[in-house]
Amino acid sequence: MAPALAPAGIPRLARGVRLRHDEARGQWVLLAPERVLHPDPVAVEILRRVDGARTIDAIVDDLILAFAIDRERVAGDVDAFLANLALKGMVEVAT
Amino acid sequence: MNVATLPDTGAAPLARPPVPPPYGMLAELTHRCPLQCPYCSNPVELDRRNAELDTQTWLRVFSEAARLGVLQVHLSGGEPTSRRDLEEMIRHCVKVGLYTNLITAGVGITPERLQAISDAGVDHVQLSFQGADAATTDLVSNFRGAHERKLAFAAQVRRLGLPLTVNSVVHRANIHQIPDFIELALTLGAKRVEIAHSQYYGWALRNRAALMPTREQVFWALEIVEKARERLRGVLTIDAVVPDYYAKYPKPCMNGWGKQSLNVTPSGKVLPCHAAETIPGLDFWNVRDHSLPEIWQDSPAFNAYRGTDWMPPLCQGCERKEIDWGGCRCQAMAIAGDAAETDPACHKSPLHAHLLALAEEDAARQEQPFDYRRYLQPDRAS
Ligand code: SF4
Ligand code: SF4
Repeated sequence: MAPALAPAGIPRLARGVRLRHDEARGQWVLLAPERVLHPDPVAVEILRRVDGARTIDAIVDDLILAFAIDRERVAGDVDAFLANLALKGMVEVAT
Repeated sequence: MNVATLPDTGAAPLARPPVPPPYGMLAELTHRCPLQCPYCSNPVELDRRNAELDTQTWLRVFSEAARLGVLQVHLSGGEPTSRRDLEEMIRHCVKVGLYTNLITAGVGITPERLQAISDAGVDHVQLSFQGADAATTDLVSNFRGAHERKLAFAAQVRRLGLPLTVNSVVHRANIHQIPDFIELALTLGAKRVEIAHSQYYGWALRNRAALMPTREQVFWALEIVEKARERLRGVLTIDAVVPDYYAKYPKPCMNGWGKQSLNVTPSGKVLPCHAAETIPGLDFWNVRDHSLPEIWQDSPAFNAYRGTDWMPPLCQGCERKEIDWGGCRCQAMAIAGDAAETDPACHKSPLHAHLLALAEEDAARQEQPFDYRRYLQPDRAS
């Protein structure tokens, strides 16, 4: 399991990783070297907020506001998801 | 920007249902290259500079690719940096939303040029190594000092913060270096390494006697790669292109002909795979005459082996027909003399034993000289 991230950390997509909407197929894709990943709807909502400016905390706040969901769960999901991408080198977290 | 022009369906409407769009496009910008690798995937008849598409045509092709649904573009060659307009193309790709992957030999590129390529917005750099040490790289690429230059280039790639993949094509002259290639990738700070066994078409077919590894070498290589994958999980991604001469089943060629990717040659021909020109009689359309979406949908070359209808009875009746798609059409052509045959790499093919015998015969040879990649005909005045 990936170690937990600092809530005050600011995540951004690593160089060579890009999130975009794929118009031709009507879905979001995460593009990486020789890889095309199809993030699920929850992952897309998180990734769209990874802009190199917001902290992890701010992303969590924003999701709670947008979807009226429980903080504990959101924080856990966001951390697990981003920590896993950080482990793969796809996300970098500045502290 | 130009909005979609619908293909002219006035005269004879084609009944074909729309084909799902491709994900990747290999853009062979030029066949010019300072190196001369004997396994080069370019055709034996290389395109000359004066036959190359101009900048505007490439930009149009990239726009059409994005509109068609292509997500990733592989800028390749030859050596793509031989094109002075490479930066302009990258900027355009970024603008239309295409992910750009630069596939380079890393020789003769100044730090300033690489900086400009990086500034243009390239997403990923894939650097070839012909050997894991200077002697091997220089011998295989037939370029003295190539290895040193590649090392310097790789360092510069990492200094700029660009993700790096080390690409090595392995064959009898360097297969023993696979552990060293993996070490090299780690040392250079690459996140990914490709260990691609030479594929025997074009130049590699001409050089098969010098390149073919033995069965023992191939199985040793598979084991090394598996172990390294375990050991380096999360540190280095190891992608392997496995050889199928000694296998039971063929490779799923391109994951299906005309299914996921396409290839544009320097002169604008659009191919279902880089070796497709070795199949005689296929009608390839050119981006000078047709739009990319039109070619993807209607070009006879793409429709020739799309899906499963074209398959010989042996594959038609097989449960793996949508797993390996009957294997490689180009290998069927090269060995069986008919691109619509079952790939002889399949153990069910009547020619499987023949293919194996060819491989074993070549693998058992003593060291052979390379027939280096080069322009075969003297340049004709244009
Ligand atoms: S395989 Fe070698 S010679 Fe062929 S294009 Fe690549 S670097 Fe150049
Ligand atoms: S018979 Fe054809 S479909 Fe079946 S495994 Fe062999 S090549 Fe693949």
